[in-house]
Amino acid sequence: MTAFLASLHYARWAVSALLLIPLAGAVAIWPAPARSAKRIALAVALVELAVSLGLWWAYDPGGPAMQIGGYLDWIPKWGITYRVGIDGISLFMVLLTTFLTPLAVLGSWAGITRREKGYYALLLVLATGMLGVFVATDLFLFYVFWEMMLIPMYFIIGIWGGKGRLYASIKFFIYTFLGSLLMLVAILVLYFNAYRSAGTAPSFALDDILRNATLPAATQYWLFGAFFLAFAIKVPMVPFHTWLPDAHVEAPTAGSVILAGILLKMGTYGFLRFALPLFPAVALNRTVTAVVVTLAVVGIIYGALVAMVQPDFKKLIAYSSVSHLGFVVLGIWAMTVQSVQGALMVMINHGISTGALFFLVGMIYERRHSRMVADFGGIARVVPAYAAVLTLVSLSSIGLPGTNGFVGEFLVLLGTFRTHPLAAGIAATGVIFAAAYLLWALQRVIYYKLDKPENEKLTDLTGREWGVLVPLVAAILWLGLAPGPVLRRMEPSTRRFIETVQGRPAPAVAQAAPPGPVPGAPAPGDDGPSGAVAGARLPSP
Amino acid sequence: MTLDLDTVGGLLLSALPETVLTVWALALLLDAAWRHREPGAQRRTGLLALGGIALAFAATVWLWASGARVPGIASSLAVDSFRFAVDAIVLVSAALAVLLSMDYLEREAIRIPEYYVLILFAAVGMMLLAGGEDLFVVFLGLELMSVSVYVLSGIDRRSPVGGEAALKYFLLGAFASAFLLYGIALLYGAAGTTKLRLIASQIGPLQLRSHVMLLAGMGLLLVGFAFKVAAVPFHMWTPDVYDGAPTPVTGFMSTAVKAAAFAALVRVLLEAFGAAETHQLWAPVIWWLAAVTMVVGNLVALAQRSLKRMLAYSSIAHAGYLLTALVGSYGGSTAGAAAFLFYLLFYTLMTVGAFAILALKGRGGERDVLIDDLAGLAETHPWLAFGMAVCMLSLLGFPGTAGFIGKWYILVAATGGGYGVLAVILVLTSVVSAGYYLPVVMTMYMKPASHDQAHAGVLVPRLAGATLAVMVAALLVFGFWPNRVLDAAQAGSHAFLPPGITTITLPVPVGN
Repeated sequence: MTAFLASLHYARWAVSALLLIPLAGAVAIWPAPARSAKRIALAVALVELAVSLGLWWAYDPGGPAMQIGGYLDWIPKWGITYRVGIDGISLFMVLLTTFLTPLAVLGSWAGITRREKGYYALLLVLATGMLGVFVATDLFLFYVFWEMMLIPMYFIIGIWGGKGRLYASIKFFIYTFLGSLLMLVAILVLYFNAYRSAGTAPSFALDDILRNATLPAATQYWLFGAFFLAFAIKVPMVPFHTWLPDAHVEAPTAGSVILAGILLKMGTYGFLRFALPLFPAVALNRTVTAVVVTLAVVGIIYGALVAMVQPDFKKLIAYSSVSHLGFVVLGIWAMTVQSVQGALMVMINHGISTGALFFLVGMIYERRHSRMVADFGGIARVVPAYAAVLTLVSLSSIGLPGTNGFVGEFLVLLGTFRTHPLAAGIAATGVIFAAAYLLWALQRVIYYKLDKPENEKLTDLTGREWGVLVPLVAAILWLGLAPGPVLRRMEPSTRRFIETVQGRPAPAVAQAAPPGPVPGAPAPGDDGPSGAVAGARLPSP
Repeated sequence: MTLDLDTVGGLLLSALPETVLTVWALALLLDAAWRHREPGAQRRTGLLALGGIALAFAATVWLWASGARVPGIASSLAVDSFRFAVDAIVLVSAALAVLLSMDYLEREAIRIPEYYVLILFAAVGMMLLAGGEDLFVVFLGLELMSVSVYVLSGIDRRSPVGGEAALKYFLLGAFASAFLLYGIALLYGAAGTTKLRLIASQIGPLQLRSHVMLLAGMGLLLVGFAFKVAAVPFHMWTPDVYDGAPTPVTGFMSTAVKAAAFAALVRVLLEAFGAAETHQLWAPVIWWLAAVTMVVGNLVALAQRSLKRMLAYSSIAHAGYLLTALVGSYGGSTAGAAAFLFYLLFYTLMTVGAFAILALKGRGGERDVLIDDLAGLAETHPWLAFGMAVCMLSLLGFPGTAGFIGKWYILVAATGGGYGVLAVILVLTSVVSAGYYLPVVMTMYMKPASHDQAHAGVLVPRLAGATLAVMVAALLVFGFWPNRVLDAAQAGSHAFLPPGITTITLPVPVGN
């Protein structure tokens, strides 16, 4: 497979193609008749998936930090370039995006009945925006993608959403916009600093800025704050999470899936790629760490507790996202190879499991036009297949061993325990709470007595719905039973991340590669991040 | 091409665009007076005015492209790339005003062919403002422009609101002119000259930096300009005047008038007071003006229900953004001036675009078009709604539109000049502005029309439609490939570099 891809020069065009294919698809939908819009969208999304699958083999875990790139001058006057690449962190975010996009199209098949062309075109544009965020290695380019995916999501919630869609869409937009504009100023300050201290050509490339920035300590705190706010709103971390329940509940099913599955990961991805590597001294500062870890733990517990009392199933899942993402942030800040890998696993798992839960809620909503837990009960007797899938997915979301959810949360807790035992201990109760709110909801929806006559005529899963759910279930089981290949691909990049932030080689752990230098020579021009960043480092207390 | 200003030919050549436009406007005035009653006279006058603008534009571009310059110090009219850049923007704005007025005037039954002549005269005044090397030329240009625009804003005689707008504008404008004139007098008293470059060279030897007369003169000058560019707290006239004037005139006022007054302000500040030490005198003033203008303009716009008033306040807010570009500019750093030019061009396109779409939607001055009246426009007029959405997102400064690159450039100039706090204020107020730009988009796309015939009267004449299409396309195309315009803006700003320096790619650090 690797040789075959090499013969296609896959590494040269793959990422750029991934960005262009959905855009081209969106344009192709324009002249087509409305009926065929969803077919075109599905075909485009499947092509996209096929192209992206090659990354699995083409990515070389032992190779340079950024692979399979692309480069073009864009605005040379300011050193702005089109510069993309993939590492072990973005690889899985890209795959998750391309995996969920066709499912989102398929999941909208019956639910979206008006202005279909616009809907599917926006969905495809959204895919480009999200992929762009995950592959951009130029700060300006990253910012443009980061903002551009706002517009399609804003329209998807605002036009095809539920009753409160107008409020939800504008809240979603303005929250994100606030954070990202402050980040924009921070990017500019970084850029000027790097440009002046290096004395070379101006550049927005992440590598150049990592190497050259030498900021005074006080400025670093402000800039980190701006980046942190932008990403924390997106994650969302408590107390910046209030846009999330509105947006998730009002969005159409596919919108919720994309929102939970991918958009939220952009925040945690931002931590991994930008906020921590750029400002390691601030991020590792004892007070900052304490605050962030506390917020993460509070998010885990608070999200779970609020989820427990939701009468609306969709809102319940929305709050469960707050809880799950708390694990991710905790794992990232715990700074061990295991915990960061675990955080990445939770990011993937949450995309799959929560995405599946949103699909399942959407399916029952299409039949019954209600999402209230109290409106159901005992439907396992009417729709046994649906009930079985819902149970399995719920268990994976809880983190039952053998499903994907277990692997991620276990690794996070294991890794965190080494550095923040107390936080790990409290966070572990979050897993119990998760079991409580999901199992309790499950019980009330599919078990108990079948006492509502409206529920007696529910139909079970259709072929199309099986088409949506089978890949998700397969992924749940695969990642739960054999996560090895995934972890192997993540490991070097995780290690590199920790080295960049801590400025020293990460200690070896049992299941990781043998101790010693990182396998594979760093890319040319990438040799100095840790050393150069150390120059920007604060005197540690 | 070096022009010798001692010869009549050189002098004429240096003022070629202004001369062409003045002669053309005078001839057109005669023509309009002569054939007033003929059917179709108005449209013909409009087309002829467009021809005059095109000629002046060609002259400007020719002078710019041939690298026209004068040796030594220009005595009254600058011959530099900044003047040509602003001239080009002003002429584009005038051309757009003419193009969008043709069908509008017919629809509103305003039959005054002199309308177009007034636009030409206003444009001449603006071009003098952009090039004025002498405070008297600046004042002449300002008056020529203002008087023409006073008349334009009240051109619909049957509209009482139009009359009110014109009177208000005239009274406050005259007041502002008096401030300006008094400021000029004081500066002359202090420096003994009204020529900008000479004032600059007098400040050092005469120890004028703490001279009361100079400071008072500068202050009055700033007040006069702040009135004209509608900076808070000198903006009180703006909403009523913008609201009462015919919509194409509002578009013209909020872009070209503002552009020209701003250009004169930039030139005065950078040429007469551009030395790094003198910069310290006015930078804090501009800083506060910018901050207050952004905050007040955006917050008050948030409370508007009427689309036209909302756009009026939004144009106040944008004056604040333009002032932000200015703060960091002085003789050694022209990034601010370049950002200013770039933003001005696209600000013109997106603002005129929004006013033009409003003009298509409304009737009788468009004062009663609420934002909510746009509900469902995307269903019946998808392209019009798309155009409006692009204008709104561009005004918001969203990536993918030229407005983003413009705002970005301003942020580059501000942070590069060490004004990070002002940059933060700019982005925070931009977030506020999302609170009134987005509802327009939301209303068009996400709310159903109030009744079936809500937009039945919205007809898009071919001329206005084509003009709009070009503007919207420009906003999108230059949002992705701004390089050519960036180069032009930078070339335009190099007019202010001290002699000896020919290029600066990025602002010189001012501390850190």
